[in-house]
Amino acid sequence: MNYNWNWHIFFEPNPTGAGTYLDLLVSGLWLTIKTALLAWIIALIFGTIIGILRSLPSKAASWISFCYVEFFRNMPLLVQLFLWFFVLPELLPRTAGLWLKQLPNAPFWTAAIGVGLFMSARVAVQLAAGIASLPRGQKQAATALGLTTTQGYRYVLLPMAFRIIMPPLTSEFLNTVKNTSVAITIGLIELTGQARAMQEFSFQVFEAFTAATIMYLAINIIVVTGMRFLERSLAIPGYITGK
Amino acid sequence: MKHRQIIGCLLAGALCATPAMAQELTGTLKNVKETGAITLGFRDSSIPFSYLDDNQKPVGYAMDICYKIVDAVKKELKLDKLEVKLNPVTSSTRIPLLANGTIDLECGSTTNNAERQKQISYTNTHFLTASRYVTKKASKINAIDDLKGKSVVSTAGTTNIKQLTEANAARGLNINIIPAKDHAEAFLMVETDRAVAFVMDDILLASLVAGSKAPDDYTISKDAFSKPEPYGIMLRKDDPAFKKVVDAATSALYTGGEAQKIYDKWFTQKIPPKGLNLNTPISAELKNEFAKPSDSPDPDSYK
Repeated sequence: MNYNWNWHIFFEPNPTGAGTYLDLLVSGLWLTIKTALLAWIIALIFGTIIGILRSLPSKAASWISFCYVEFFRNMPLLVQLFLWFFVLPELLPRTAGLWLKQLPNAPFWTAAIGVGLFMSARVAVQLAAGIASLPRGQKQAATALGLTTTQGYRYVLLPMAFRIIMPPLTSEFLNTVKNTSVAITIGLIELTGQARAMQEFSFQVFEAFTAATIMYLAINIIVVTGMRFLERSLAIPGYITGK
Repeated sequence: MKHRQIIGCLLAGALCATPAMAQELTGTLKNVKETGAITLGFRDSSIPFSYLDDNQKPVGYAMDICYKIVDAVKKELKLDKLEVKLNPVTSSTRIPLLANGTIDLECGSTTNNAERQKQISYTNTHFLTASRYVTKKASKINAIDDLKGKSVVSTAGTTNIKQLTEANAARGLNINIIPAKDHAEAFLMVETDRAVAFVMDDILLASLVAGSKAPDDYTISKDAFSKPEPYGIMLRKDDPAFKKVVDAATSALYTGGEAQKIYDKWFTQKIPPKGLNLNTPISAELKNEFAKPSDSPDPDSYK
Protein backbone atom coordinates (compact mmCIF):
# COMPACT_ATOMS: atom_id res chain seq x y z
CA MET A 1 0.00 0.00 0.00
CA ASN A 2 1.31 3.40 -1.01
CA TYR A 3 0.20 5.47 1.98
CA ASN A 4 2.11 8.14 3.80
CA TRP A 5 1.51 7.46 7.50
CA ASN A 6 1.84 10.51 9.67
CA TRP A 7 0.87 10.04 13.30
CA HIS A 8 2.25 13.46 14.16
CA ILE A 9 -0.65 14.97 12.23
CA PHE A 10 -2.68 15.24 15.46
CA PHE A 11 -0.25 17.81 16.83
CA GLU A 12 -0.12 19.89 13.66
CA PRO A 13 -2.28 23.04 13.49
CA ASN A 14 -5.63 22.53 11.74
CA PRO A 15 -6.65 24.90 8.96
CA THR A 16 -9.63 26.38 10.82
CA GLY A 17 -7.07 28.34 12.80
CA ALA A 18 -8.18 27.06 16.22
CA GLY A 19 -5.53 24.72 17.62
CA THR A 20 -4.36 21.33 16.38
CA TYR A 21 -6.12 18.47 14.63
CA LEU A 22 -6.42 16.79 18.01
CA ASP A 23 -8.35 19.80 19.29
CA LEU A 24 -10.68 19.41 16.32
CA LEU A 25 -11.41 15.78 17.25
CA VAL A 26 -11.75 16.56 20.96
CA SER A 27 -14.29 19.31 20.23
CA GLY A 28 -16.22 16.71 18.21
CA LEU A 29 -15.95 14.27 21.11
CA TRP A 30 -17.50 16.80 23.51
CA LEU A 31 -20.35 17.42 21.14
CA THR A 32 -20.92 13.65 20.85
CA ILE A 33 -20.98 13.32 24.65
CA LYS A 34 -23.34 16.27 25.13
CA THR A 35 -25.72 15.06 22.42
CA ALA A 36 -25.67 11.49 23.74
CA LEU A 37 -26.35 12.51 27.35
CA LEU A 38 -29.24 14.79 26.45
CA ALA A 39 -30.66 12.14 24.09
CA TRP A 40 -30.37 9.49 26.80
CA ILE A 41 -32.20 11.65 29.35
CA ILE A 42 -35.00 12.22 26.82
CA ALA A 43 -35.05 8.50 26.01
CA LEU A 44 -35.36 7.55 29.70
CA ILE A 45 -38.14 10.05 30.44
CA PHE A 46 -40.30 9.28 27.41
CA GLY A 47 -39.41 5.59 27.49
CA THR A 48 -40.58 5.31 31.11
CA ILE A 49 -43.88 7.08 30.44
CA ILE A 50 -44.66 5.03 27.34
CA GLY A 51 -43.43 1.80 28.98
CA ILE A 52 -45.84 2.32 31.86
CA LEU A 53 -48.70 3.11 29.49
CA ARG A 54 -47.94 -0.11 27.65
CA SER A 55 -48.31 -2.16 30.84
CA LEU A 56 -51.56 -0.53 32.03
CA PRO A 57 -54.78 -2.47 31.63
CA SER A 58 -56.47 0.52 29.92
CA LYS A 59 -57.21 0.00 26.21
CA ALA A 60 -56.61 3.67 25.31
CA ALA A 61 -53.22 3.70 27.09
CA SER A 62 -51.98 0.60 25.35
CA TRP A 63 -53.24 1.92 22.00
CA ILE A 64 -51.34 5.20 22.45
CA SER A 65 -48.16 3.43 23.45
CA PHE A 66 -48.54 0.96 20.59
CA CYS A 67 -48.73 3.81 18.06
CA TYR A 68 -45.80 5.67 19.66
CA VAL A 69 -43.52 2.66 19.75
CA GLU A 70 -44.31 1.50 16.23
CA PHE A 71 -43.91 5.03 14.85
CA PHE A 72 -40.48 5.58 16.32
CA ARG A 73 -39.01 2.12 16.02
CA ASN A 74 -40.16 1.21 12.51
CA MET A 75 -38.45 4.10 10.74
CA PRO A 76 -34.67 4.32 10.21
CA LEU A 77 -33.07 6.89 12.49
CA LEU A 78 -31.53 8.64 9.49
CA VAL A 79 -34.96 9.18 7.96
CA GLN A 80 -36.36 10.42 11.27
CA LEU A 81 -33.65 13.04 11.74
CA PHE A 82 -34.16 14.16 8.17
CA LEU A 83 -37.92 14.48 8.74
CA TRP A 84 -37.48 16.49 11.95
CA PHE A 85 -34.91 18.80 10.44
CA PHE A 86 -36.07 19.40 6.89
CA VAL A 87 -39.69 18.33 6.60
CA LEU A 88 -41.31 19.40 9.90
CA PRO A 89 -40.59 23.15 9.45
CA GLU A 90 -42.17 23.02 5.98
CA LEU A 91 -45.38 21.53 7.38
CA LEU A 92 -45.77 24.29 9.96
CA PRO A 93 -47.24 27.71 9.13
CA ARG A 94 -44.62 29.80 7.33
CA THR A 95 -43.68 32.13 10.21
CA ALA A 96 -43.46 29.29 12.75
CA GLY A 97 -41.38 27.24 10.31
CA LEU A 98 -39.02 30.14 9.67
CA TRP A 99 -38.65 30.75 13.42
CA LEU A 100 -37.83 27.07 13.94
CA LYS A 101 -35.28 27.07 11.14
CA GLN A 102 -33.44 30.10 12.43
CA LEU A 103 -33.05 28.87 16.02
CA PRO A 104 -29.41 28.85 17.01
CA ASN A 105 -27.81 25.42 17.36
CA ALA A 106 -30.71 23.79 15.52
CA PRO A 107 -28.75 20.66 14.49
CA PHE A 108 -27.77 19.96 18.10
CA TRP A 109 -31.30 20.20 19.53
CA THR A 110 -32.81 18.32 16.60
CA ALA A 111 -30.24 15.55 16.95
CA ALA A 112 -30.64 15.20 20.71
CA ILE A 113 -34.44 15.14 20.52
CA GLY A 114 -34.52 12.94 17.41
CA VAL A 115 -32.11 10.34 18.76
CA GLY A 116 -33.77 10.59 22.20
CA LEU A 117 -37.26 9.85 20.85
CA PHE A 118 -35.96 7.03 18.64
CA MET A 119 -34.27 5.39 21.62
CA SER A 120 -37.25 6.05 23.91
CA ALA A 121 -39.33 3.58 21.90
CA ARG A 122 -36.75 0.88 22.63
CA VAL A 123 -36.55 1.80 26.32
CA ALA A 124 -40.37 1.68 26.50
CA VAL A 125 -40.54 -1.85 25.10
CA GLN A 126 -37.87 -3.05 27.51
CA LEU A 127 -39.50 -1.43 30.51
CA ALA A 128 -42.86 -2.96 29.58
CA ALA A 129 -41.14 -6.35 29.30
CA GLY A 130 -39.48 -5.78 32.68
CA ILE A 131 -42.84 -5.01 34.29
CA ALA A 132 -44.47 -8.00 32.58
CA SER A 133 -41.74 -10.28 33.91
CA LEU A 134 -42.71 -9.56 37.53
CA PRO A 135 -44.97 -12.13 39.19
CA ARG A 136 -48.65 -11.09 39.03
CA GLY A 137 -48.80 -11.31 42.81
CA GLN A 138 -46.65 -8.18 43.17
CA LYS A 139 -49.27 -5.94 41.65
CA GLN A 140 -52.06 -7.65 43.55
CA ALA A 141 -50.16 -7.34 46.83
CA ALA A 142 -49.66 -3.63 46.22
CA THR A 143 -53.39 -3.20 45.60
CA ALA A 144 -54.21 -5.29 48.70
CA LEU A 145 -52.00 -3.00 50.78
CA GLY A 146 -54.18 -0.08 49.71
CA LEU A 147 -51.67 1.52 47.32
CA THR A 148 -53.11 3.43 44.38
CA THR A 149 -51.98 2.47 40.85
CA THR A 150 -49.45 5.34 40.85
CA GLN A 151 -48.08 4.31 44.23
CA GLY A 152 -47.98 0.67 43.15
CA TYR A 153 -45.81 1.58 40.16
CA ARG A 154 -43.70 4.03 42.11
CA TYR A 155 -42.90 1.84 45.13
CA VAL A 156 -43.37 -1.74 43.96
CA LEU A 157 -43.26 -2.38 40.21
CA LEU A 158 -40.83 0.21 38.75
CA PRO A 159 -37.98 -0.28 41.27
CA MET A 160 -37.92 -3.98 40.47
CA ALA A 161 -38.54 -3.65 36.74
CA PHE A 162 -35.70 -1.15 36.33
CA ARG A 163 -33.29 -3.45 38.15
CA ILE A 164 -34.26 -6.32 35.87
CA ILE A 165 -33.73 -4.33 32.67
CA MET A 166 -30.41 -2.82 33.72
CA PRO A 167 -28.27 -4.99 31.36
CA PRO A 168 -30.33 -4.23 28.20
CA LEU A 169 -30.49 -0.56 29.24
CA THR A 170 -26.69 -0.52 29.21
CA SER A 171 -26.78 -1.65 25.57
CA GLU A 172 -29.33 1.02 24.76
CA PHE A 173 -27.14 3.68 26.32
CA LEU A 174 -24.23 2.47 24.17
CA ASN A 175 -26.48 2.56 21.11
CA THR A 176 -27.46 6.13 21.95
CA VAL A 177 -23.81 7.19 21.96
CA LYS A 178 -23.18 5.47 18.64
CA ASN A 179 -26.41 6.70 17.04
CA THR A 180 -25.42 10.34 17.53
CA SER A 181 -23.01 9.81 14.62
CA VAL A 182 -26.03 9.73 12.28
CA ALA A 183 -26.52 13.42 13.10
CA ILE A 184 -23.85 14.47 10.59
CA THR A 185 -26.67 14.25 8.01
CA ILE A 186 -28.25 17.33 9.58
CA GLY A 187 -24.97 19.19 9.94
CA LEU A 188 -24.00 18.31 13.51
CA ILE A 189 -20.23 18.13 13.35
CA GLU A 190 -19.63 15.70 16.19
CA LEU A 191 -16.82 13.14 16.44
CA THR A 192 -17.53 11.36 13.14
CA GLY A 193 -18.08 14.72 11.45
CA GLN A 194 -14.77 16.09 12.74
CA ALA A 195 -12.94 12.91 11.70
CA ARG A 196 -14.34 13.43 8.21
CA ALA A 197 -13.38 17.09 8.26
CA MET A 198 -9.86 16.12 9.35
CA GLN A 199 -9.47 13.66 6.49
CA GLU A 200 -10.73 16.23 3.98
CA PHE A 201 -8.24 18.83 5.19
CA SER A 202 -5.17 16.66 5.67
CA PHE A 203 -5.95 13.55 3.57
CA GLN A 204 -4.74 11.43 6.53
CA VAL A 205 -7.81 9.19 6.42
CA PHE A 206 -6.62 6.27 8.50
CA GLU A 207 -5.17 8.37 11.31
CA ALA A 208 -8.38 10.40 11.59
CA PHE A 209 -10.68 7.40 11.79
CA THR A 210 -8.34 5.41 14.05
CA ALA A 211 -8.48 8.27 16.55
CA ALA A 212 -12.28 8.48 16.26
CA THR A 213 -12.57 4.72 16.79
CA ILE A 214 -10.43 4.87 19.92
CA MET A 215 -12.50 7.77 21.27
CA TYR A 216 -15.80 5.95 20.68
CA LEU A 217 -14.37 2.84 22.34
CA ALA A 218 -13.19 4.88 25.31
CA ILE A 219 -16.57 6.56 25.89
CA ASN A 220 -18.36 3.24 25.63
CA ILE A 221 -15.98 1.50 28.01
CA ILE A 222 -16.68 4.28 30.52
CA VAL A 223 -20.44 3.86 29.99
CA VAL A 224 -20.25 0.06 30.41
CA THR A 225 -18.14 0.32 33.56
CA GLY A 226 -20.38 3.00 35.03
CA MET A 227 -23.56 1.04 34.34
CA ARG A 228 -22.06 -2.15 35.77
CA PHE A 229 -21.14 -0.26 38.91
CA LEU A 230 -24.64 1.22 39.14
CA GLU A 231 -26.17 -2.22 38.63
CA ARG A 232 -24.12 -3.70 41.43
CA SER A 233 -24.74 -0.89 43.88
CA LEU A 234 -28.50 -1.07 43.24
CA ALA A 235 -28.76 -4.85 43.59
CA ILE A 236 -30.90 -5.98 46.53
CA PRO A 237 -30.31 -9.47 47.94
CA GLY A 238 -33.36 -11.65 47.48
CA TYR A 239 -34.69 -9.82 44.39
CA ILE A 240 -34.55 -11.48 40.99
CA THR A 241 -31.41 -9.56 40.08
CA GLY A 242 -29.76 -9.72 43.53
CA LYS A 243 -27.60 -12.62 44.63
CA MET B 1 39.63 17.07 -7.52
CA LYS B 2 36.47 17.07 -5.55
CA HIS B 3 34.48 18.15 -8.58
CA ARG B 4 35.89 15.38 -10.65
CA GLN B 5 34.86 12.83 -8.05
CA ILE B 6 31.33 14.14 -8.03
CA ILE B 7 31.12 14.11 -11.79
CA GLY B 8 32.51 10.58 -11.78
CA CYS B 9 29.87 9.47 -9.31
CA LEU B 10 27.12 11.11 -11.33
CA LEU B 11 28.32 9.49 -14.52
CA ALA B 12 28.53 6.09 -12.91
CA GLY B 13 25.07 6.58 -11.47
CA ALA B 14 23.65 7.66 -14.81
CA LEU B 15 25.21 4.73 -16.61
CA CYS B 16 23.76 2.24 -14.17
CA ALA B 17 20.39 3.94 -13.94
CA THR B 18 19.57 4.54 -17.60
CA PRO B 19 19.36 0.95 -18.84
CA ALA B 20 17.44 -0.08 -15.75
CA MET B 21 14.85 2.67 -16.36
CA ALA B 22 14.37 1.69 -19.96
CA GLN B 23 13.72 -1.96 -19.28
CA GLU B 24 12.16 -2.30 -15.91
CA LEU B 25 8.80 -0.73 -15.33
CA THR B 26 7.90 0.31 -11.82
CA GLY B 27 4.83 1.18 -9.84
CA THR B 28 1.54 1.74 -11.63
CA LEU B 29 2.92 1.25 -15.13
CA LYS B 30 4.27 -2.17 -14.19
CA ASN B 31 0.99 -3.13 -12.66
CA VAL B 32 -1.01 -1.96 -15.68
CA LYS B 33 1.26 -3.88 -18.04
CA GLU B 34 0.96 -7.07 -15.99
CA THR B 35 -2.79 -6.99 -15.53
CA GLY B 36 -3.68 -5.37 -18.85
CA ALA B 37 -6.13 -3.15 -17.02
CA ILE B 38 -6.26 0.35 -15.52
CA THR B 39 -8.85 1.49 -12.97
CA LEU B 40 -10.40 4.96 -12.97
CA GLY B 41 -12.12 6.29 -9.87
CA PHE B 42 -15.23 8.37 -10.61
CA ARG B 43 -17.64 10.48 -8.52
CA ASP B 44 -21.36 9.83 -8.78
CA SER B 45 -22.59 13.42 -8.68
CA SER B 46 -19.77 15.85 -9.34
CA ILE B 47 -21.45 17.58 -12.28
CA PRO B 48 -20.02 18.20 -14.89
CA PHE B 49 -16.64 16.73 -13.90
CA SER B 50 -17.54 13.16 -13.13
CA TYR B 51 -21.06 11.83 -12.61
CA LEU B 52 -23.51 9.14 -13.67
CA ASP B 53 -25.70 9.77 -16.69
CA ASP B 54 -29.16 8.24 -17.21
CA ASN B 55 -27.59 4.89 -18.17
CA GLN B 56 -25.64 4.86 -14.89
CA LYS B 57 -22.46 5.28 -16.91
CA PRO B 58 -19.83 7.66 -15.52
CA VAL B 59 -19.32 10.65 -17.82
CA GLY B 60 -17.94 14.16 -17.51
CA TYR B 61 -15.15 16.59 -18.24
CA ALA B 62 -12.61 14.87 -15.97
CA MET B 63 -13.65 11.45 -17.32
CA ASP B 64 -12.93 12.58 -20.89
CA ILE B 65 -9.49 13.77 -19.82
CA CYS B 66 -8.86 10.47 -18.02
CA TYR B 67 -9.74 8.48 -21.15
CA LYS B 68 -7.12 10.52 -23.04
CA ILE B 69 -4.59 9.65 -20.34
CA VAL B 70 -5.54 5.97 -20.69
CA ASP B 71 -4.83 6.19 -24.43
CA ALA B 72 -1.40 7.65 -23.68
CA VAL B 73 -0.63 4.90 -21.16
CA LYS B 74 -1.68 2.27 -23.69
CA LYS B 75 0.65 3.79 -26.29
CA GLU B 76 3.52 4.10 -23.80
CA LEU B 77 3.27 0.43 -22.84
CA LYS B 78 2.69 -0.63 -26.47
CA LEU B 79 -0.36 -2.64 -25.53
CA ASP B 80 -2.90 -3.81 -28.13
CA LYS B 81 -5.68 -3.83 -25.63
CA LEU B 82 -6.07 -2.03 -22.33
CA GLU B 83 -9.12 -2.77 -20.25
CA VAL B 84 -10.56 0.25 -18.41
CA LYS B 85 -12.21 -0.59 -15.10
CA LEU B 86 -14.41 1.96 -13.36
CA ASN B 87 -14.75 2.24 -9.61
CA PRO B 88 -16.97 4.72 -7.75
CA VAL B 89 -15.32 6.86 -5.06
CA THR B 90 -16.56 9.42 -2.54
CA SER B 91 -14.66 12.18 -0.82
CA SER B 92 -14.05 9.78 2.09
CA THR B 93 -12.92 6.77 0.06
CA ARG B 94 -10.81 8.37 -2.65
CA ILE B 95 -7.58 8.42 -0.62
CA PRO B 96 -7.71 4.87 0.80
CA LEU B 97 -8.71 3.41 -2.58
CA LEU B 98 -5.90 5.25 -4.34
CA ALA B 99 -3.38 4.28 -1.64
CA ASN B 100 -4.26 0.58 -1.64
CA GLY B 101 -4.17 0.31 -5.42
CA THR B 102 -7.90 -0.17 -6.10
CA ILE B 103 -7.89 2.86 -8.39
CA ASP B 104 -5.02 4.30 -10.43
CA LEU B 105 -6.44 7.73 -11.25
CA GLU B 106 -9.14 9.75 -9.50
CA CYS B 107 -11.14 11.63 -12.12
CA GLY B 108 -13.25 14.20 -10.34
CA SER B 109 -13.13 17.67 -8.83
CA THR B 110 -10.49 17.42 -6.12
CA THR B 111 -8.82 20.66 -5.06
CA ASN B 112 -5.07 20.60 -5.34
CA ASN B 113 -3.37 22.12 -2.29
CA ALA B 114 0.02 21.87 -0.66
CA GLU B 115 -1.16 19.99 2.42
CA ARG B 116 -2.84 17.27 0.33
CA GLN B 117 0.28 16.89 -1.80
CA LYS B 118 1.99 15.34 1.21
CA GLN B 119 -0.30 12.35 0.66
CA ILE B 120 -0.86 12.13 -3.10
CA SER B 121 0.24 13.69 -6.40
CA TYR B 122 -1.76 15.61 -8.98
CA THR B 123 -1.31 15.87 -12.71
CA ASN B 124 -1.70 19.18 -14.54
CA THR B 125 -4.61 21.31 -13.35
CA HIS B 126 -7.80 20.79 -15.39
CA PHE B 127 -9.97 23.48 -13.83
CA LEU B 128 -9.77 26.60 -11.67
CA THR B 129 -12.56 27.68 -9.39
CA ALA B 130 -13.03 30.45 -6.83
CA SER B 131 -15.05 30.32 -3.63
CA ARG B 132 -18.32 32.26 -4.09
CA TYR B 133 -21.84 32.09 -2.65
CA VAL B 134 -25.31 31.44 -3.98
CA THR B 135 -28.37 33.25 -2.61
CA LYS B 136 -32.01 33.56 -3.48
CA LYS B 137 -32.60 36.70 -5.56
CA ALA B 138 -35.45 37.50 -3.15
CA SER B 139 -33.06 37.86 -0.20
CA LYS B 140 -31.31 40.81 -1.91
CA ILE B 141 -27.75 40.03 -0.91
CA ASN B 142 -25.44 41.96 -3.22
CA ALA B 143 -22.06 41.77 -1.51
CA ILE B 144 -20.24 39.75 1.12
CA ASP B 145 -20.91 42.53 3.66
CA ASP B 146 -24.67 42.03 3.23
CA LEU B 147 -24.29 38.63 4.89
CA LYS B 148 -23.66 40.39 8.22
CA GLY B 149 -25.44 38.62 11.09
CA LYS B 150 -27.14 36.08 8.78
CA SER B 151 -26.95 32.28 8.70
CA VAL B 152 -24.62 31.01 5.98
CA VAL B 153 -24.01 27.37 5.14
CA SER B 154 -20.97 25.64 3.69
CA THR B 155 -19.91 22.01 3.39
CA ALA B 156 -18.00 20.64 6.39
CA GLY B 157 -14.35 19.81 5.82
CA THR B 158 -13.92 21.91 2.69
CA THR B 159 -11.47 24.72 2.04
CA ASN B 160 -14.53 26.91 1.43
CA ILE B 161 -15.82 26.74 5.00
CA LYS B 162 -12.33 27.61 6.16
CA GLN B 163 -12.25 30.69 3.94
CA LEU B 164 -15.70 31.69 5.17
CA THR B 165 -14.55 31.35 8.79
CA GLU B 166 -11.51 33.49 8.08
CA ALA B 167 -13.46 36.20 6.26
CA ASN B 168 -16.02 36.20 9.06
CA ALA B 169 -13.33 36.86 11.66
CA ALA B 170 -11.33 39.31 9.54
CA ARG B 171 -14.28 41.50 8.54
CA GLY B 172 -16.23 41.17 11.80
CA LEU B 173 -19.35 39.97 9.95
CA ASN B 174 -20.81 38.00 12.85
CA ILE B 175 -22.15 35.35 10.45
CA ASN B 176 -23.72 32.21 11.93
CA ILE B 177 -21.82 29.53 10.00
CA ILE B 178 -23.66 26.23 9.55
CA PRO B 179 -21.60 23.23 8.40
CA ALA B 180 -23.47 20.80 6.13
CA LYS B 181 -22.67 17.18 5.36
CA ASP B 182 -22.52 17.53 1.58
CA HIS B 183 -23.23 19.98 -1.23
CA ALA B 184 -26.76 18.75 -1.89
CA GLU B 185 -27.73 19.18 1.75
CA ALA B 186 -26.10 22.61 1.96
CA PHE B 187 -28.06 23.74 -1.08
CA LEU B 188 -31.22 22.33 0.48
CA MET B 189 -30.59 24.61 3.46
CA VAL B 190 -30.70 27.65 1.17
CA GLU B 191 -33.69 26.27 -0.71
CA THR B 192 -35.63 25.86 2.58
CA ASP B 193 -34.41 29.22 4.01
CA ARG B 194 -32.43 27.67 6.84
CA ALA B 195 -29.53 29.73 5.52
CA VAL B 196 -29.45 32.79 3.26
CA ALA B 197 -26.31 31.78 1.39
CA PHE B 198 -24.16 28.77 0.54
CA VAL B 199 -20.41 29.29 0.12
CA MET B 200 -18.78 26.86 -2.31
CA ASP B 201 -16.67 26.53 -5.47
CA ASP B 202 -18.51 28.62 -8.05
CA ILE B 203 -18.71 25.84 -10.63
CA LEU B 204 -20.40 23.48 -8.17
CA LEU B 205 -22.86 26.25 -7.30
CA ALA B 206 -23.60 26.72 -11.00
CA SER B 207 -24.42 23.02 -11.39
CA LEU B 208 -26.58 22.97 -8.24
CA VAL B 209 -28.53 26.00 -9.44
CA ALA B 210 -28.91 24.59 -12.95
CA GLY B 211 -30.30 21.37 -11.48
CA SER B 212 -32.66 22.98 -8.96
CA LYS B 213 -36.44 23.24 -9.22
CA ALA B 214 -36.39 26.96 -10.01
CA PRO B 215 -32.95 28.00 -11.39
CA ASP B 216 -34.15 31.57 -11.96
CA ASP B 217 -34.68 32.14 -8.23
CA TYR B 218 -30.96 31.99 -7.46
CA THR B 219 -27.97 34.16 -8.14
CA ILE B 220 -24.25 33.46 -7.73
CA SER B 221 -22.17 36.28 -6.25
CA LYS B 222 -19.61 38.41 -8.06
CA ASP B 223 -17.65 38.71 -4.80
CA ALA B 224 -15.28 35.84 -4.14
CA PHE B 225 -13.82 34.53 -0.88
CA SER B 226 -10.66 33.28 -2.60
CA LYS B 227 -8.50 33.40 -5.67
CA PRO B 228 -9.24 30.71 -8.29
CA GLU B 229 -7.95 27.40 -6.92
CA PRO B 230 -6.80 24.45 -9.03
CA TYR B 231 -8.57 21.09 -9.47
CA GLY B 232 -6.42 18.13 -10.40
CA ILE B 233 -6.66 14.44 -11.26
CA MET B 234 -5.06 12.47 -8.44
CA LEU B 235 -2.50 9.71 -8.72
CA ARG B 236 -0.30 7.88 -6.24
CA LYS B 237 2.64 9.74 -4.76
CA ASP B 238 6.22 8.60 -5.42
CA ASP B 239 5.47 7.03 -8.78
CA PRO B 240 7.53 9.32 -11.07
CA ALA B 241 7.37 7.06 -14.14
CA PHE B 242 3.57 7.01 -14.19
CA LYS B 243 3.33 10.71 -13.36
CA LYS B 244 5.62 11.51 -16.28
CA VAL B 245 3.34 9.68 -18.73
CA VAL B 246 0.20 11.25 -17.27
CA ASP B 247 1.69 14.75 -17.21
CA ALA B 248 2.90 14.42 -20.81
CA ALA B 249 -0.56 13.24 -21.89
CA THR B 250 -2.46 16.09 -20.20
CA SER B 251 0.12 18.61 -21.33
CA ALA B 252 -0.28 17.57 -24.96
CA LEU B 253 -4.04 17.65 -24.59
CA TYR B 254 -4.09 21.17 -23.10
CA THR B 255 -1.54 22.85 -25.36
CA GLY B 256 -2.87 21.14 -28.49
CA GLY B 257 -6.26 22.84 -28.21
CA GLU B 258 -8.20 19.60 -27.82
CA ALA B 259 -8.89 20.37 -24.15
CA GLN B 260 -10.70 23.54 -25.20
CA LYS B 261 -13.15 21.44 -27.22
CA ILE B 262 -13.73 19.08 -24.30
CA TYR B 263 -14.22 22.09 -22.05
CA ASP B 264 -16.82 23.64 -24.35
CA LYS B 265 -18.67 20.32 -24.58
CA TRP B 266 -19.20 20.16 -20.80
CA PHE B 267 -19.42 23.79 -19.74
CA THR B 268 -21.12 25.70 -22.53
CA GLN B 269 -23.44 23.14 -24.12
CA LYS B 270 -26.32 21.01 -22.95
CA ILE B 271 -25.11 18.02 -20.95
CA PRO B 272 -26.82 14.75 -20.01
CA PRO B 273 -28.93 13.57 -18.28
CA LYS B 274 -31.32 16.53 -18.01
CA GLY B 275 -29.94 18.74 -20.78
CA LEU B 276 -28.61 21.36 -18.34
CA ASN B 277 -26.36 24.08 -19.65
CA LEU B 278 -23.86 25.49 -17.16
CA ASN B 279 -23.10 28.52 -19.36
CA THR B 280 -19.59 28.92 -17.96
CA PRO B 281 -17.14 30.02 -20.66
CA ILE B 282 -13.47 29.32 -20.02
CA SER B 283 -11.79 31.78 -17.63
CA ALA B 284 -8.68 33.77 -18.47
CA GLU B 285 -6.75 31.92 -15.74
CA LEU B 286 -7.61 28.50 -17.12
CA LYS B 287 -6.76 29.62 -20.65
CA ASN B 288 -3.30 30.62 -19.39
CA GLU B 289 -2.94 27.30 -17.61
CA PHE B 290 -3.83 25.40 -20.78
CA ALA B 291 -1.08 27.30 -22.58
CA LYS B 292 1.41 26.53 -19.80
CA PRO B 293 0.21 23.37 -18.00
CA SER B 294 1.14 23.19 -14.33
CA ASP B 295 0.43 21.00 -11.30
CA SER B 296 1.19 23.76 -8.80
CA PRO B 297 -1.07 23.89 -5.72
CA ASP B 298 -0.47 27.65 -5.38
CA PRO B 299 -3.37 29.84 -6.63
CA ASP B 300 -0.94 32.72 -7.20
CA SER B 301 0.87 30.81 -9.93
CA TYR B 302 -2.24 30.82 -12.16
CA LYS B 303 -2.45 34.50 -13.01
